[in-house]
Amino acid sequence: MLRYILRRLFYMTPILFGVSVVIFLILHLVPGDPARLVAGPDATKEDVEIIRSSLGLDRPLPVQYFSWLANVFRGDLGRAARTHRPVTHELALTIPATIELTLSAIAIAVLIGVGAGTIAAVRHNSAFDYTSMVVALLGVCTPSFWLGLMLMLLFAVKLNLLPTIGRGGLENLVLPAVTLGAGAAAIIARVTRSSMLEVLGTDYIRTAHAKGLSERVVVLRHAVKNALIPVITVIGLEFGYLLAGAVVTETVFAYPGVGRLLVDAIDFRDYPVIQGALLVLALQFALVNLVVDVLYAFFDPRISYE
Amino acid sequence: MNNDQDMKHQGTGNQVTAVALPGVAAFARAPRSLWSDARSRLLRNPVAMAGGAVVIVLIIVAIAAPYIAPYDPIHQDLSNSMAGPSRAHLAGTDVHGRDIFSRIIYGTRISLRIGFLGMLLGCVTGVILGLVSGYYGSWADTLIMRLLDVQLAFPGLLVAICIIAIIGPGLENVIVAVGIFSVPLFARVTRGQVLSLKEQEFILAARMMGAQDGRIMLNHLLPNAAAPILVLCTLRIATAILTAASLSFLGLGAQPPTPEWGAMLSDGRAYLAIAPHVATTPGVAILITVLSFNLLGDGLRDALDPRLRT
Repeated sequence: MLRYILRRLFYMTPILFGVSVVIFLILHLVPGDPARLVAGPDATKEDVEIIRSSLGLDRPLPVQYFSWLANVFRGDLGRAARTHRPVTHELALTIPATIELTLSAIAIAVLIGVGAGTIAAVRHNSAFDYTSMVVALLGVCTPSFWLGLMLMLLFAVKLNLLPTIGRGGLENLVLPAVTLGAGAAAIIARVTRSSMLEVLGTDYIRTAHAKGLSERVVVLRHAVKNALIPVITVIGLEFGYLLAGAVVTETVFAYPGVGRLLVDAIDFRDYPVIQGALLVLALQFALVNLVVDVLYAFFDPRISYE
Repeated sequence: MNNDQDMKHQGTGNQVTAVALPGVAAFARAPRSLWSDARSRLLRNPVAMAGGAVVIVLIIVAIAAPYIAPYDPIHQDLSNSMAGPSRAHLAGTDVHGRDIFSRIIYGTRISLRIGFLGMLLGCVTGVILGLVSGYYGSWADTLIMRLLDVQLAFPGLLVAICIIAIIGPGLENVIVAVGIFSVPLFARVTRGQVLSLKEQEFILAARMMGAQDGRIMLNHLLPNAAAPILVLCTLRIATAILTAASLSFLGLGAQPPTPEWGAMLSDGRAYLAIAPHVATTPGVAILITVLSFNLLGDGLRDALDPRLRT
């Protein structure tokens, strides 16, 4: 198992290298002087020259890249042009909020998606099946920012049950997490239903029924376990996409996470923060994919660690 | 001898021809291509047809926007700010007193333009990369696929945001961003098709007859790989529209006073409590558009490859 994880990490290395190159190059691909961009619009000519020299922007590009990478490994991502605080400090303030939001969203998505998908498959062609799949289709097509605003309108403005914006207790998390998790729940429900229908039609399920086992035992003990194998992949993929979706949801609910930090940084053309936020989100995405690969191999005995 | 044995079906590429044995000519079916089979399956799918009908209506609305819209979409009437739906203003007015219904109609034009052009950019680039990667294999395949893997290491929306961070906000830049983030998908689908097609006899025959690589790729491989690419095109239009609306909502896409749906929704969120119609209507427009393209895409997929039907 450990060897499998190490091999997966090894395969990820060139991709992460590519990701780091892309993020490093953002500053150099933007039209204009990179030193001026990092220094911010209010910086004097002297400030810009100091930044140019301190960041080594007068050196050859490959040298700059490896110097930047070395700094990244040391946890030095530069200073935010807007607040003049270290980027790592800005990220440390926002990462917990994003993790909290995405974990809550995926938990909601899995609970609703797997639950609805399983019931829809067991009650195939019933009213629940049709209704849940229509809702799932709408869930896939609904823009998350619009859903967020509609939930806000209903639960915060009209019913006055939940707060509209900000981060605080559990009540602040409900609407953003539901908004973010709704699309993923819809996709997970569709995949679970289709996977369950396939498993429920297999011989070993028929055998389990023939043995006289109750429907509940057949579904929960025999069918769900096998039907969930492809669902795990989808859950993992959706978890990764939630990190990007968090950018939008955090903006809707003024939730102070990495996504909102990124959007604000783009507004202010604060490139060190843009680079830092993108790096964090890409690393989280890669990490989630790695965990999914390992879980997939763990759950599906047909996949060999070798 | 029964009828099944009387008739042999031979598949050549995507062509299915029926060869009738002597004496059973009455049972012989006219040769039907994959496309005519798919068309008849698509026409029998009411959900996909409904999606297709809405798409056609949206295209007509987009083309005829200046003739249908009752008001100028950027004309401000501050004395009539945030008025609710009425006979004069079917969907009400926004904070600047602009007619929301007219802005939605003009927004169709913008969203479809982003959807089609973004998809086209991703499709053309991705298909070329997929053809080259799959056909030549070797280092070209490794290089192209590893570069696309790097892009796939970011979630789609993040790629678009990353591109906007570099080239700056704006409607044209959004088209570029949504186009680029679709490239890996088109490339992978095309490459997969090419890998399975390039060893088939009709390609080997073309090669033996001296056909050039470019001719083989464009005249033989591409038409036979077209079905899944066409399905992806339809589905990616929906994704492009949704992504562009998200970018505009974040303030990274269309800039005021452009009547883009995501930007309109963003404008309306500040007045959610006093004028909910300002934010509600553009959301419904996005939902209907994305839903109809997805229904059409799903129907096309079912029609072109019934094995994938869910």
